[in-house]
Amino acid sequence: MNTATKEINSSLLSTQNKNTDIKGKLIVGVTQLAVFTIIAVLFIILGIIVYEGREKFSWEFISSFPTNGMTEGGIFPALIGTFILVIVMSIAAVPFGTITAIYLTEYASESSKFAAAVRFSVRTLAVVPSIIFGLFGLGFFIQFIGAGFDTAFNGGQLRWGQPNILWASLTMSLLTLPVIIVSVEEALKTIPRELREASLALGATKWQTIKNVVLPGSISGIMTGTILAVSRGAGEVAPILFTGAAYYLASLPGSLSDQFMNLGYHIYIMATQSSDVEKTMPIQFATTLVLLILTLSLNLVAVVIRSRIRRKAK
Amino acid sequence: MNSQVPTKQNFTKESLKKQFRLSEFLAEKIISSVAFLSIAIIFLIFIFVFKESLPIFSQGKESVKTEMQQSTASNDKPESYGAETESLQPESYGGVEKEELQPESYGGVEKEELQPESYGGVEKENLQPESYGGVEKEELQPESYGGVEVEPLVAEDNSAATAEVKEEKESSIWDSLLTPDWVPVSENPRFGLLSLLIGTLKVTIISMLIAGPIAILAALYTACFASKRTKEIIKPIIEMLAAFPSVVIGFFALMIMATFFQDIFGYDSRLNAFVGGVAMALASIPIIYTISEDALSSIPKTYTEASLALGANKWQTAFYVVLPAATPGIFAALLLGVGRVFGETMIALMATGNAALMSANPFESVRTFAATIGAEMAETVFGETHYSVLFFIGSLLFIFSFGLNALAEFYVKGRLIKKFQGK
Repeated sequence: MNTATKEINSSLLSTQNKNTDIKGKLIVGVTQLAVFTIIAVLFIILGIIVYEGREKFSWEFISSFPTNGMTEGGIFPALIGTFILVIVMSIAAVPFGTITAIYLTEYASESSKFAAAVRFSVRTLAVVPSIIFGLFGLGFFIQFIGAGFDTAFNGGQLRWGQPNILWASLTMSLLTLPVIIVSVEEALKTIPRELREASLALGATKWQTIKNVVLPGSISGIMTGTILAVSRGAGEVAPILFTGAAYYLASLPGSLSDQFMNLGYHIYIMATQSSDVEKTMPIQFATTLVLLILTLSLNLVAVVIRSRIRRKAK
Repeated sequence: MNSQVPTKQNFTKESLKKQFRLSEFLAEKIISSVAFLSIAIIFLIFIFVFKESLPIFSQGKESVKTEMQQSTASNDKPESYGAETESLQPESYGGVEKEELQPESYGGVEKEELQPESYGGVEKENLQPESYGGVEKEELQPESYGGVEVEPLVAEDNSAATAEVKEEKESSIWDSLLTPDWVPVSENPRFGLLSLLIGTLKVTIISMLIAGPIAILAALYTACFASKRTKEIIKPIIEMLAAFPSVVIGFFALMIMATFFQDIFGYDSRLNAFVGGVAMALASIPIIYTISEDALSSIPKTYTEASLALGANKWQTAFYVVLPAATPGIFAALLLGVGRVFGETMIALMATGNAALMSANPFESVRTFAATIGAEMAETVFGETHYSVLFFIGSLLFIFSFGLNALAEFYVKGRLIKKFQGK
């Protein structure tokens, strides 16, 4: 009796297993296919851009000015413009992002409504469409602050109340603020409580603990955040469309009140408004390749640092 | 003496303590006020984007006089932003047009000439008040330079009759927001948002139909089926897709994908909602994937273990236990994906064709809200209706993404807390 039921049971189980195995394999296969599709598309995009951009991609291309009405030559000013943009952006965004992250991890209590509001705003900042930042930069930085500054100190002469690299960078820094906050917060959380408690027990105050114990431990987190922010800022175009990017400039920007050329904007303008799209195709692909190399390698560095932090935390 | 020493010591100790507390207090206050900045930014964004769109609300309501003052004030210094053509001459920042204005003839006798200081080589145009009754002669002598569109600026008359006409015209602008015609630059501009709305929705639906299933299935594989090692390889690779700038994806869609799909489907317009939708799916896949993967792998182990102990398979556990438990998180992921697609500018600008059409056909060109702002803001003049309408679209986009985020956040938090605390 016992053995019989056991046999029946086991046979039932096995048939069920067989049936479900086929179904199960199919289902797992479908999910695998989804992963495979995403990865394949990613590498196809990468491959095509590398393939099409390779012939034009050279040191000369990177280090020379565009010539002949932007149909020949290099992308040097666009590259420099992008560099200045991300540097000014980092100078503005990194301190603010770091301090906000310190507030969220060190000072805010769990139940604090204010901290919850800060968190919510940071997440909202992360999802606001980038074009809205552009509008804000135009309405706030240029029309309000810049034009206000001009009428107050420049005697009404237009200098700051117009699109320029400073306003573009500040606009971009708002966009990348959440990126920095999130990475620094993550890094701060990995610092063990014991370290903080040891410092406090030795008589250090809270601020001294943060300054001497917590911050040095989170340098790599701040670096990750900065790198990710730079990678994001280098690639975004929508916020700078009307806050400072220029189609073509014969010289590099000399001051913060100048307009600038930008890699992403260069791609956009060359692909849609160039006088001869067909002829400049290799230039466009090579510019895209440069931008991709820039953002992807920065991201790769950030990923490596981040995984190191995580391993340390374990 | 004896009694003095301890008091002195007390004093110094106290002062020391107080000093420390003061610096601590200051540090905390400074840090929390910096943290307050992120809240302030959200408010500022809303205020300043909305502020610029206010004129279209006040039109028709406010008295004509203030209307006029506003418009003449802005006519003195028209500014158009962006680097369309004039940026070839860096000194004349994106499109300054200096005019000799002859505005507001309060009776038609006085001629005022405003001559703002001219910056290097800026063109001038003569402009006379537009005549509404057809009495006054319109004289427009724009010197065309570099193919820049010169838009006639309207300076109003102060007679009662023209005021009436003016009011009528403006109320019609406000009414036309709900019509399908988007013709912002013409003799009789119309700002119908319906076709833009349909275009945006079309692209959003197409891209979510593609990105949603793929990203969620991939997340399910990563969270439930993949071994730890594969997981560590897959995750960073898919997240690398998030590092692709949208202008690169847009460029790829414009150059490669558009031709590729046209060869397959054989439709007429090379750039259309479908191409844009597929490209935006690429942009939203990493968002949906990352958030739903987080949601799926944060399901308590007890759930899966209980399911496996009851005799369920791995895939049965994944589909009947883990997936339903993670629904709120996945829903939030989809919402954020929608938000991303809705506000995506560069891909829409480059890959959707940018024609405001009313049609349900996915292979027709469309124009989205975000792309409209991106494409036309550079051509508008500060203070114009067109300018205000674009800012109005911007505030719509902002409110929409803000609402989506709030919904995702509170819905998910409420649901998850209820679920895992057994309430």
